[in-house]
Amino acid sequence: MKVIVEEDKCCGAGTCVLVAPDVFDQRDDDGIVMLLDEAPGPELHDAVREAVSVCPAAAIGLIE
Amino acid sequence: MTVPPGSVLVVGASAGGLTTAEALRRKGFEGRITLLGDETHLPYDRPPLSKQVLSGAWEPVRAQLRPEPALRALDAELVLGDRATGLDVMNRTVRTESGRRLGADAIVIATGVRARTFPGQANLASVHVIRTLDDAVALRAELAVAGRLVVVGDGVLGAEVAATGSGLGLDVTLAGPQSVPMESQFGAWAGGLLGDLHTEQGVRLRLGTGVSGLAGVSGRVTGVVLESGERLPADVVVVAIGGIPATDWLADSGLTCENGIVCDATCRAADGIYAVGDVARWRHQGLGALLRLENRTNATEQAVAVASNILGADQPYTPVPYFWTDQYDVKVMVHGLIPADAEVEVVEGDPAARRFVALCRSGGVARAVVGWNMPKQTRVHRGQVADALTLADGVPAGVRQGLPSSALEDLASPA
Repeated sequence: MKVIVEEDKCCGAGTCVLVAPDVFDQRDDDGIVMLLDEAPGPELHDAVREAVSVCPAAAIGLIE
Repeated sequence: MTVPPGSVLVVGASAGGLTTAEALRRKGFEGRITLLGDETHLPYDRPPLSKQVLSGAWEPVRAQLRPEPALRALDAELVLGDRATGLDVMNRTVRTESGRRLGADAIVIATGVRARTFPGQANLASVHVIRTLDDAVALRAELAVAGRLVVVGDGVLGAEVAATGSGLGLDVTLAGPQSVPMESQFGAWAGGLLGDLHTEQGVRLRLGTGVSGLAGVSGRVTGVVLESGERLPADVVVVAIGGIPATDWLADSGLTCENGIVCDATCRAADGIYAVGDVARWRHQGLGALLRLENRTNATEQAVAVASNILGADQPYTPVPYFWTDQYDVKVMVHGLIPADAEVEVVEGDPAARRFVALCRSGGVARAVVGWNMPKQTRVHRGQVADALTLADGVPAGVRQGLPSSALEDLASPA
């Protein structure tokens, strides 16, 4: 699994951080998504898929 | 439902509907999924319509929620461009405008809201609403050649359209009945800061007065007439005066539709029938009241909860309400519901620097956190609001004092 984020779509809600804090964080200055792990291990896949699905800006993509 | 269904029909193919289908698959559902939508576009996102799509920063296709390979991988049947016209609750069958009859073991209703309009508005050219992608594209084309824009409606959508119009270089007036923009969502204090921002950016505010009507010549709008008697000249008028839950098609279904589809705490409207998103009015156990939210995050969070409940979880849905808005270079977000009598305390940053987080308390309890250009720090404070919602679980009306009546309404008898 490879995770892709589109920073210019991100709305800074932080939903991804609430769902998958090991994979996503937010920048301190503007809250835009930071990818901590672009190839997360299998134990994180469910959480990442949920983060993709519930992102309110549809700013996260996956290549599986 | 104790036995997981073999098939699920989702009525509504926007964020709530699509996320329901995705969540079902993610949770292992292998049965048939049908997604019925009344528009012909592939599922797209609505928040960008009043901002990036309207400004022209994005081509409309960028608002599409998922790339086509991801939609194919969902293995759901997409029935687009066909409107649901009726529901048979007993037989779990939906009738459509084109004559289809779609049946399933479970049905999820995610038909959203339609834009409220003024009487006679449809007969005047250059008067717009923004609910759909086609609405936004049509308005964008007119704004490109217009000089004066009047926005009627001082809620989230109206304020965003005013900001976008101002950014396009138009002469913009924002009119509405509240004393400050977005007062019902932000409260008087933060709404006042937003009003200051619009004024600085050159938007003329005509607040605290109702609109008595639209003026037109030869079938084209020429202005907006306020109850104060003032006439606001306009080349284009945007009417953003709220949404009406899209439940007309359920009139003879037997479902209770009162400002949305009334559901229990698990978002179930009847056996095997659920509602998700803007159209759903469910019992929020943390607040002890019926709640309907027109928020983007609610559509997806409720979709995930409903997917679980269809598969047997039977859990109450008790989210922390959340929304954000982008206007000019400002991003404001709210976790929770701001009480009318909120005591506001700035806990991070500085309002003078236009970067802060504030806690809104009522009766000593944290009810909401408001963030202004500090998204990450705002989320960090969300926990206090979540704690208060948990503490309120099952506690009757006393704890709800001061919450905005626009969002909360009790039913005479418990759902």
